[in-house]
Amino acid sequence: MRTPRVPASLTGLACLFAVWEAASRSDLVPAHYLRPPSVVFPTLVRLLGDPVFLRAVVATVAATLLALGIAVLIAVPAGLVLGSFPPVRRATMTIVEFLRPIPSVALIPLALLTFGTGPDTKVTLAVYGALWPILFNTMYALDEIDPLHVETARAFGTGRLAVLTRVALPSAAPFVLTGVRLSFAISLAVVISTELFAGGAIGLGQFILAASSGGAHMDEVLAGTVLAGLIGFAANSGLEWLHRAVFAWNVSADGLR
Amino acid sequence: MPTMLEVADLGHTYPGKDGAHNAVDGLSFTVDAGELVCVVGPSGCGKSTLLRAIAGLITPTRGTVSLRGTRVDGVPSELAVVFQDYSRSLFPWLTVQRNVEFPLRGLPRSQRAARAREALASVGLDQAGRKHPGQLSGGMQQRVAIARALAYRPSLLLMDEPFASVDAQTRFELEDLLLRVRREQDTTVLLVTHDIDESVYLGDRVLVLTKSPASVVADLPVDLGDARDQIKTRASETFVDLRAKVAELLRGASHIEDAKLI
Amino acid sequence: MSALKRIAQRWACFAVAVALWELATRQAGDRFFPPPSTIAQTAGTLWFSPAFFDHIAPGVGRMLLGWALAAAIGVALGILLGRSRPAMAYLGAVFTFMRSIPPPLLVPFFVASVGITTMQLPTIVFGTVWPVLLNTVDGARSVDATKVDTARAFRLSRTQWTLGVVLPSAAPKIFAGLRLSLSIALILMVVAELVGSVNGIGNQLVRAQRDYELPAMWAWIVLLGVLGYLFNTLLLAFERRALAWQPRHSLEARSSATGG
Repeated sequence: MRTPRVPASLTGLACLFAVWEAASRSDLVPAHYLRPPSVVFPTLVRLLGDPVFLRAVVATVAATLLALGIAVLIAVPAGLVLGSFPPVRRATMTIVEFLRPIPSVALIPLALLTFGTGPDTKVTLAVYGALWPILFNTMYALDEIDPLHVETARAFGTGRLAVLTRVALPSAAPFVLTGVRLSFAISLAVVISTELFAGGAIGLGQFILAASSGGAHMDEVLAGTVLAGLIGFAANSGLEWLHRAVFAWNVSADGLR
Repeated sequence: MPTMLEVADLGHTYPGKDGAHNAVDGLSFTVDAGELVCVVGPSGCGKSTLLRAIAGLITPTRGTVSLRGTRVDGVPSELAVVFQDYSRSLFPWLTVQRNVEFPLRGLPRSQRAARAREALASVGLDQAGRKHPGQLSGGMQQRVAIARALAYRPSLLLMDEPFASVDAQTRFELEDLLLRVRREQDTTVLLVTHDIDESVYLGDRVLVLTKSPASVVADLPVDLGDARDQIKTRASETFVDLRAKVAELLRGASHIEDAKLI
Repeated sequence: MSALKRIAQRWACFAVAVALWELATRQAGDRFFPPPSTIAQTAGTLWFSPAFFDHIAPGVGRMLLGWALAAAIGVALGILLGRSRPAMAYLGAVFTFMRSIPPPLLVPFFVASVGITTMQLPTIVFGTVWPVLLNTVDGARSVDATKVDTARAFRLSRTQWTLGVVLPSAAPKIFAGLRLSLSIALILMVVAELVGSVNGIGNQLVRAQRDYELPAMWAWIVLLGVLGYLFNTLLLAFERRALAWQPRHSLEARSSATGG
């Protein structure tokens, strides 16, 4: 989707907050829980100056990025191999089809037992979740490579390995980046889920869970949630922008969500 | 003139579900160094199969292809191909300059860039090097593909219907461009086309193929001299006679095919 | 290659992997990693016990209900708003922002505000509606100009236009959104049940973890995988039927099928 004009979209966001404010001040919803933005935003500003909160945010974002990086390092080569060697793909696809549907959050209890509550747990789980979109996008992109591109390269005496790096990889790159964009959201969600469940872990999820207990600090819950949304929004927009900037030559892979 | 390309008793059969498809059968011809030979035949007659076999992209089921007396086995290193579908044969992620540099891997960087610039200048695209193929018109994209083939300095340039997807005006321009650069660089060219006029206008010789399975029915020399002109040459008696002759042969070739079907 | 050889190739590696897993776990004797045969045995007794009605059915029911509600809301709103340029200029960023909130973070908010026993449904609806909505909008926008002109030339009614032209044109994208949100729904079901619930698969998963019943825990994990696979396959089969008129499955639709 194209980004709408900035003024209109800002007006839209302002309206969202106005409706939220009005709903919270009227008796339509329990105002104790849905704190109005006029309370939530000052709380967010206060929290951003709080080192404990900042440490939690940094821990979450760092784990997300680390997991995403590891997932790329595993999934891109794996996707290239599976995409270019049909026998390997046939042989391993059954295992992949068996593993992929297992929601990574279902592995949280197991991971906590085996890895403990440290950052390893959330990073491992997030890698598992973030792997699939990148792997499948890389693999499918290789299926879609124009055979004429390969023939052209081969006619100029390009060897098999060189065709993989000089033709297959660049033409798959936009789809890989789309996979990375989808995986960021998954990685962030899995990291936060793990933090929600594993009491001892430092992170945004843990902070919000603690703030929510008993419903005493709902402004902090909402502030943290809004911040997480902003992080996701910024990452998504940033990667979309990167896509447009780097792959200006490509239009077909642009609209992938 | 020494022989550049020799095709001897070439045959290729594609295996298929409903019986094998015999695309090329008993094809033999030679191309001398410096010649421009046009292969003309009805659509779907196996011209592309022939070209792919010469380029080493497929291994023919029968017969041999030799380049300068050496039998072709795999993709020969001294050969370049220009395909009909320029939009799919240029790499969209590379700039025009980098597309032309693509096959020049072995050379030092500065030399690569210089050769690419030179080739682009010879097709009149010296200003377009930093653009991406998607930003160019169809005719300009095909110029880039030609420049890429020229920059590679092949002993043999194969062209598969190179001007079939551009408009008539651009086509004339590109035909004259081809005649000019092959004279300047003394390249040997084998050009496959279904257009009779084009084959006569461009070729030193015209090979007429029958419909699938393709085999040579005639090998006609073209006595139009080196200097050709889109208007004068096409109006000359020699041109008109030759064109009629090729058309006659092609019609005959397809009549045989029709008769077989009945 | 013969069909038999293909099937052999496909399953041989899987069989070898399971055999290796069995061997390795037997050899290691690590209680955290029980052999697959033990897991299968436990699964057989667990899945088909009263737990089916006590935990599997209620949790899965809530998930499917939430997803269906989100789908209905998302498609209806998306079709309505997608054809209006100004509406999306104002609301596009709002929807994208809402979708960017990591869905599991909704759990603490809804637990506190709605209560632990009833928070699953609103959490799932709120978490899954955005992908459907945004994909529907995208699809509704993609009606090509020729179809718009054709519809105007034939003076189609508003209903005919919406149901006969816009909805089918948007269908491939809608399905991509539905599959994405189905996988989110499964994740949210598990997270919600892990954090707090009286029943459900996630609830049983936590119980098994606290009691150190490792085979049971593995059996529940496998069940979640089976459910994820089953729902995705069913939706895909339905999609193939509904989109049989489409020339082929685009890369786009396939790549969106991979939720976490």
